[in-house]
Amino acid sequence: MPADTTLVVIASRFALVVLLISIVLALVRLIKGPDAADRIVALDLISVLIVAFLAAYSIYAGETSFLDVAIGYALIAFLGTVALARFLMRSSQKRSENMNRIAGKRTDDE
Amino acid sequence: MMNDILTALLLVLGSLFSFVAALGMLRLPDTVIRMHAATKAGTFGAGLILIGDAFFYAELGITLRALATITFLLLTAPVAAHLIGRAAYYSGIRLWHKTWIDQLKDRYPAGDPPEETER
Repeated sequence: MPADTTLVVIASRFALVVLLISIVLALVRLIKGPDAADRIVALDLISVLIVAFLAAYSIYAGETSFLDVAIGYALIAFLGTVALARFLMRSSQKRSENMNRIAGKRTDDE
Repeated sequence: MMNDILTALLLVLGSLFSFVAALGMLRLPDTVIRMHAATKAGTFGAGLILIGDAFFYAELGITLRALATITFLLLTAPVAAHLIGRAAYYSGIRLWHKTWIDQLKDRYPAGDPPEETER
């Protein structure tokens, strides 16, 4: 059953357009973000925006199964964000260990 | 009719909140401040649109699904933000030049993150 009321159709179209523009804005930050952390934050926001987009599209198309897709996407996106954050933590730790080791070696040589 | 008006209102409000979140993501000056926009305004916008879904269909199953999604978003957003913030701080992001409080600076000097205890 597609949305038959014109008010809801107009509102959902507006919401879809605005959400798409928001995703593009977040994508700009994802591309130009100076650090890896900025990119992870942008990806997190994009996943939340996609959940909102799926909810709005389920109203626009009158198809309730998009809500299930939204739930599944939210689950997977959370796992992805956590994995990326832990990866960043691990790699920064390793880098600082290496720097400490190099610094220690230099002082030993002298 | 009442449900349609409420649905339209929630859709417009939710998409505008999401737009504010994306705008903050683009315009705000540093990672931690950007996280403030992304986590709160983004989750709130998605939650409003999901409540609009519940009002539009007005069925028990749909409402429960929308509420489950909102609960999940509300539970995971702080956890994800905490993890990202921690990783970002230890990876040595530069804070905004007008930030005058950095309470972790003395406890964890730069390039010396604490050991992870697990595993």
